[in-house]
Amino acid sequence: MIELVSHKLCINCNLCVQVCPTNVFDAVPNQPPAIARQEDCQTCFMCEAYCPVDALYVAPESHTNVAINEDDLIASGIMGEYRRILGWGYGRKSNSELDTAHKIRQLPRPK
Amino acid sequence: MIVKKEDLKLVTSYSDYSENELQLEADVLVVGGGPAAAWAAWAAASQGVKVIIVDKGFLGTSGAAAASGNGIMAPSPENWDKVLWERYRASKNLASLRWIERVIEKTWLSLPLVESWGYNFPKENGESVRQSYYGPEYMRVLRKTLLRVGVQILDQSPALELLLAEDGSVAGARGVQRQNNRTYVVRSNAVVLANGGCAFLSKALGCNTNTGDGMLMAVEAGGELSSMEASNHYAISTAFNATVTRGVPFIWASYTDEAGNDLGCGYIDGRRDPAFLPNALLKGPVYAQLDRATPEVKAVIEKSHFIAFLPYKKAGIDPYTERVPVTLVLEGTVRGTGGIRIIDDHCSTKVPGLYAAGDAASREFLAGLASGGGGPNAAWAISTGQWAGVGAANFAKSVGAYGHERVVHAAGQVGLKSASPTSVTFDNEAIVHGVQAEMFPLEKNYQRSEEKLLDSLAKLETLWQQVRTTPKQDTVRDIETSRRSAALVAVARWSYFSALNRKETRSEHIRVDYPETDPNQRYYQATGGLDQLWVRRDWLTEPIATPPVLNTQPIPALSKS
Repeated sequence: MIELVSHKLCINCNLCVQVCPTNVFDAVPNQPPAIARQEDCQTCFMCEAYCPVDALYVAPESHTNVAINEDDLIASGIMGEYRRILGWGYGRKSNSELDTAHKIRQLPRPK
Repeated sequence: MIVKKEDLKLVTSYSDYSENELQLEADVLVVGGGPAAAWAAWAAASQGVKVIIVDKGFLGTSGAAAASGNGIMAPSPENWDKVLWERYRASKNLASLRWIERVIEKTWLSLPLVESWGYNFPKENGESVRQSYYGPEYMRVLRKTLLRVGVQILDQSPALELLLAEDGSVAGARGVQRQNNRTYVVRSNAVVLANGGCAFLSKALGCNTNTGDGMLMAVEAGGELSSMEASNHYAISTAFNATVTRGVPFIWASYTDEAGNDLGCGYIDGRRDPAFLPNALLKGPVYAQLDRATPEVKAVIEKSHFIAFLPYKKAGIDPYTERVPVTLVLEGTVRGTGGIRIIDDHCSTKVPGLYAAGDAASREFLAGLASGGGGPNAAWAISTGQWAGVGAANFAKSVGAYGHERVVHAAGQVGLKSASPTSVTFDNEAIVHGVQAEMFPLEKNYQRSEEKLLDSLAKLETLWQQVRTTPKQDTVRDIETSRRSAALVAVARWSYFSALNRKETRSEHIRVDYPETDPNQRYYQATGGLDQLWVRRDWLTEPIATPPVLNTQPIPALSKS
């Protein structure tokens, strides 16, 4: 579930408010958005993909809350990981060309 | 009496939120925000009509396709026959060869468009391989294309009920703009319902926007559903991240129980055994380790199923060397095939002017009661989206310019009306949990029996009586969630009533009290009704098809499931 809107990184663009398919965020005037309905988060990671400054962290735990530390997460380099995987963002190129799904059928299956 | 636009709110009032109601007109209204909705909107706009698309979430992130990657059932023409027969066999003689073929062909012809709109497919020997997509990028490209062709998109605007004209044809829809605290109404001459299947808020990847709203809207307006017994598809995920339902990496898994005893790898005679994991989980916790993946396998699955590896990376887990507890997450009719019954090649429903596409529609023609799976469903969305969009555009033109002047009434009946100020209110959270308690457990929904189905139906009936009372409507969110509760209970009842009445085991519909597939039960089961449920057997009249003798090397599933 969504655990962090980093006030250190957020630029108050409210794009996450707009794109969250389950309406988890609320815009707050002149501030980063609030995680208003965390229980509605479906852990789809889409907000991370759209955040232009890698300010969001969706923890992989889908049904339980986990404690996070903002500084540790930023230092670890994990912020914005989904966006990097997709190749989204300034100066990047979409990675959809790297899709290997059509090769799965040719892979050796376990015996 | 002709109702003028400004009087409409008096006809269909939801308490206080209609004061600033947004009122719009279109020829075609599309409801939904996934690929089927996007393709429907594009196809309708291509016919030169005005199109509005309304989505509960955001067109680009909503639904099962956006939040992942998908294979697409789009083999190159030399493989069409092989895939066609593979799908037909998987359907246990319930699918339609003609429909499978037209879905494959339409999809194959459509994907070059996606490329021309800016989606970069992978290349092999200089040729584009258009057989899968990265969901977020695919939906980003579709959204951009819709805006370019002049489709008006209303995000964060769940549609709640259809509008009907006096002759029973559809005349638009009404809903709420949940971030603007107001209702909206779109008057239109035709409507496409493409708002997904129902996964009962299980958190299966991207599926919590898929709560069966379209099925409820269609039935209230006079439509029918079909194959709703095919509503119990479960998919593997890790237990800590019980959301990323991607089965492919687990092809290379070894399974163990709590004590570390080897449970094998879930294969029988070289094929994955669909009963393995449910049966193992019914006995106790199951752990998986992807230790059979070779470096070659790892390289491929990490680039195709990146979404399955993101949770591991974040949690600091190496799935190749560590045992991870796994579970099965209900995907309901998202990967199951049940949905709104379509009655012709244009994806019409029984309601004049109302069309259904994608997972909102029954995929029985494509898969019988077997899972539509990711790849076939992706192709189904592309093809039925366009057929429904064109059908709706033509219908809208036939209604003509005065369609918006028609007298209309709102068709919503459950979870909406606020007739009396002293209304009884129901607890939405309790309703949702009540539905999930009947639909999630493998004991009830995977191992179905008459006794268990009757017990669940009785409990669901109690919930239905609750959502039949007048809900609390203090906020726009109340309106949205009470309506969602009604849809979840309704879909659960149609699913189990259909399951009760199909007294055989066929594909994913497993009846422990009728364990055999009965060759004489070759029908699609239609269902519907609100307080009074009904089923009907629509017998298949086409003879069972037999494949021509050709090299029958099995085709691996195109689905990423």
